[in-house]
This record gives sequence, structure tokens and C-alpha cells, in this order.
Amino acid sequence: MSIMTKPSPDAAVKAPPRATTPRARKSRVDPLYYLFLLPSLAIFTLAVTLPAALGFVYSFTNSIGFGDFSFIGVRNFIAVFRDEGILGAYGFTLAFSLVTVVVVNAVAFLLALGLTSRIRFRTALRTVFVIPMVISGIVIAFVFQYLFSNSLPLAGKAMGIEPLASSILANPDLAWLAIVFVTAWQSIPSAMLIYIAGLLTVPPEVYEASSIDGATPWHTLRHITFPLVAGYAVINTVLGFKNYLNTYDIIVGLTDGGPGVSTRSVAMAIFRGFEGGDYAYQMANAVIFFLISVAIALIQLRFTRGKGGTAA
Amino acid sequence: MSSAPSTIPAVPAAKPRRIRSGQERTNWPTTAILLVCTLGVLVPLFVTVSMAFKTTGQAVDGNAFSLPSPLTFDSFAQAWTLTNFPRGFAISVFVSVIAVTGEIVVSALAAYAILRNWDRRIFRWSFFYLLAAMFIPFPVVALPQIQLTGMVGLDNPLGVAVLHIVFALAFNTMLFTAFLRSIPLELEESMRMDGAGTWQVFWKLIFPLLGPMSATVGIFAFIASWNDFMMPSLIISDPEMQTIPVLQKIFQTQFSNSYNVAFASYLMAMAPAIVVYLFTQRWVMAGLTQGAVK
Repeated sequence: MSIMTKPSPDAAVKAPPRATTPRARKSRVDPLYYLFLLPSLAIFTLAVTLPAALGFVYSFTNSIGFGDFSFIGVRNFIAVFRDEGILGAYGFTLAFSLVTVVVVNAVAFLLALGLTSRIRFRTALRTVFVIPMVISGIVIAFVFQYLFSNSLPLAGKAMGIEPLASSILANPDLAWLAIVFVTAWQSIPSAMLIYIAGLLTVPPEVYEASSIDGATPWHTLRHITFPLVAGYAVINTVLGFKNYLNTYDIIVGLTDGGPGVSTRSVAMAIFRGFEGGDYAYQMANAVIFFLISVAIALIQLRFTRGKGGTAA
Repeated sequence: MSSAPSTIPAVPAAKPRRIRSGQERTNWPTTAILLVCTLGVLVPLFVTVSMAFKTTGQAVDGNAFSLPSPLTFDSFAQAWTLTNFPRGFAISVFVSVIAVTGEIVVSALAAYAILRNWDRRIFRWSFFYLLAAMFIPFPVVALPQIQLTGMVGLDNPLGVAVLHIVFALAFNTMLFTAFLRSIPLELEESMRMDGAGTWQVFWKLIFPLLGPMSATVGIFAFIASWNDFMMPSLIISDPEMQTIPVLQKIFQTQFSNSYNVAFASYLMAMAPAIVVYLFTQRWVMAGLTQGAVK
């Protein structure tokens, strides 16, 4: 799912109001339309709304996932806020998401600039740069895990670089960098394609005019290109955050949360709810996680309205 | 890689600039930098291929960049039996086929019904209800989902396919509504004039017209469901019924020193999605750009 890009919901909210249809004027709806709508509403309600509601209820209980349970009020929530393991997972997930969003946007933008300039082999180059997007996160994480824990230390030793001489995946201070690297490797293509789409909406005349006026390439970039693609940067940031906050596959493949718990994401913490008998407890965690995700999305959308509105 | 189909039209707006570029000089420094950057993509892929053809003895030396000597195909045969590749492949194909078909049909139907009845509250509200899925990621509802799928006997590949459909529903419905708005109502009206009902209008007129968008939705559905690890690993309870990406875990747990076999297996897991991408990249590009602009 991570490869899929989602335009800001904002755009869609504005989208459909094209009202009058032949049916509508006749004040009676063809019942078939309800039938068309039924499958999506049914599976969505059964597979998302129902579990969400159940989970919400469970978060106020002491359930271990089966058997009897009783309601214990907000005690789970209080415990979550005092749980250093979980707070650590939040800290890691947020910091990781922030760094990854910055890295992905920077690299994707530069690649997009390169791919839309007057280069040779444009199609072939773009084909290559998009490949990481279609490779399974866990599989490529396994490949990089081998490189980080076997090949990189060999190279580090040969070149005498101390921190690289042992596996960075076993180093609690550096393991997160490997996760950022692989996540970025996989996420850059979709961000890059969105930037390419954005850069191609800038009419060439604009660039011509600016070069006639004697603008330096840096000025053109700063005062023309940046403002025009700002909306696309917002899209990439919103989509990126959404994916990185739920990161799981790549971490499982690289460190499995370790060393210790230094790279455990919130999703990994929640999934442990079935192992340690802390089912209801992790549901409380999931509720908090949901609220934080929504808050972050809303803040970003707020920001979108103020800035770079063209694309979003 | 440059042997990829050369007929791929670039993102639509690229054309004019490319014609223009004919009059100007190629930017060789940028071309060179980008060529160097492709190493970032190609080196890990090269390592995967090269490791897969090594002997176990050579593979444990940790040097990923050496060429295989001697070259051997044994690792593929071993990976094939260790992961029970045919079974995993069949299950992955099963999940992908249902996810692809389901995502296209369910979302297209919903988008059509919603758009044609936008002035009715119930359809409008349904749209926003479905849209809410964007804010509910899988981890948030995973635990109750694992319980419920277990209770109703969907803790299997079928359940995973259904969940793929559900979690892509919001985005797909949005793409289809956006695309549907570009289809003129007149076509539909004249067909109705000739006595066609909603059912015929949809299947004979609208659905075929949605073709390009269905292609995009379908390819993304395939890539997402083929590559996913999180949902199958949590939902499918029987290890014998696992999809290809989840099966790769045995090389971490049971056969952790057979690197060559592991990489042969990784390669077999990656290849289908890469091949599908190389043949369909036109729609991959179109989908991403449309998704971004609309």
C-alpha cells in the first residue's frame, strides 16, 4: 500500500459536486445505485469500522485478547503514557518519519530536476529510478541487511573507518540511519514522479523569460521553481508522513526493532499486543496512535491551505 | 535496463519541452550525474543477482560485490524447494488477482453511484465515510482485525485480499470519481434514451471508458498486494498458506547461513513485480501524476 500515492483529501472534497444528472432530476433514485454502493460500504464497515469500534471499547478493559475481562476505565491510557518502552517507540517513529520526509523530498526533488532538464537517456534513466518503488520492502530490507552487516564492515575495516568496522545494525546509535536509508531508497521514486509532474506544469516560457531577464540558475530555482512546486512538496510530505508513521516491513527486515528496542516503531509495539497478553493495553496505544496520526494529518492540511495551494 | 520499452510516452506535458530541447544542447554534466546516481538503484540489484549465482562457500565471505565463481544455479533449486515456491507463488497470485479485480470493480461501482447521486445526502455522506479510511492505517485496527478474521474464518489469503481492497478503497474511489467527471454525460443520456438501464449503462459504457484508470488502479493493487508483508504475516494464521514475501523470513530464522539460497529466493520474489512494472510503466506514471494533480 505504501507505494500508492494519495492526493490530499482536500482535493477530493472539492471534487465531485457536479450534481444534476438525468436520474437526479427525476427525484427517484434507481435502487441499483444503492446496490453499486453496497459492496464498498459493507466491506469497509465490517473490516474497518467494526474493528475500530471494538478496539476502542477494548482499550478501556483489561482483556488479554480472549476470555473474560472487565472495564478498568482509562487506566490503560495512563499506563501507556508512563511506559518508557512505548514512549521510546513514539520518539523513534516521529524522529525517523521527520528525517525520512526531509531526505526523501530533497533527493526526489533533485532527481526530478535532473530528469526534467535537457538530458540524454531520459526514459531509460527514469525507468531505472522508479524500480525501487516496485520491490517488496521486506525483501530489499533483507538484501540491505546482508550488505550492512557483512559487506559494509569489510569495507570499513579495509578503509580504516572505525564506526563502520562493525555492523551498523548492531549499533543502537546508528541502526536507525540504516532504516532511514532503506526507507528512503524505496520511497524516493513515488515522490520523484510527483515532483516531475509538478515541474512539467511549469510552462517553458516562464524559464525563458527569466533567463532573458538575466536571472542566474539559482535565482530561477529559488524564485520560480520552488514556489511553483511548493504544493507538490506538501503532497509528498503528507503522503510520506502517513507511510513512515506506520513503518513496519523494512524495520522487521533490517533490525526487527533492535538492537534492544532502539528501533522499535509504534506499529511494532502495537502488534506485540498478542504476545505479551497486553491486548487491551496495546489497543489503548493504538487509539492514541490514531489520534496522533489524525492530528499530524490535520496540521499538514491546515498548512496546505495557507501555502502552495495550486496542486493540493 | 535501457532495453525497456522505448515507446513509453512521457508524462503528457513532457512532449513540448522535448521538442524544444532539440534546438538546444544536451546537458551532459546532469546526464553524467544521473547516470552515476543509477548505481544507487542498480548496485543492490546487482548484488542480489550476483549473490544468487554463488556457491554457499563463496557467499559467506561477506564480499557482496565479487562476481560468482564458479557460477551455479543450485541455489535456485534449493530456494525453490525450501520455500515451497510453487505453493507460495500460487497463494500470492491468488491474493493479487482478488485484490486487483476487487479494487477495480468495487471502487468503480461506488464511484459511479456516488457521482451520479451527489445531490443526495446518503451518497455524499457515504463518500466522506469511505474517505475516512485514509486516516485509519492498518496498525490501528490490526489487533481487532486479527481477532475478527479468526472468528469468521478469514484468517487466510482470502481475508488478506479483502483487507487490501478495503485499505485502498478511499484512494481508488477518489481516483475513479475524478476520472468519471471527465466523461461527458451526453453519452450516457443518449444510451438511456435508447432504453438502457443503469446496469447496462455501467457495464457497457462507463466501465469500458474507465479502462485507463482501471489499469492504473490494477497495477498499483498488484504491486501493493504482491509485495506486502505486514498484513499476511499478521492475518494468515497457517504458515503453510503464507505469501512469497513472508516466506523469505525462513532465511533469517532457519537457514541463516545459506546466503546464496536466500538471495536466489529474494530474486524470485522480486522478479514478478519488476517484470510487470517494466511492461506497464506507462500506467504507473500516468497514475501517479493524475493522483497528484487531481
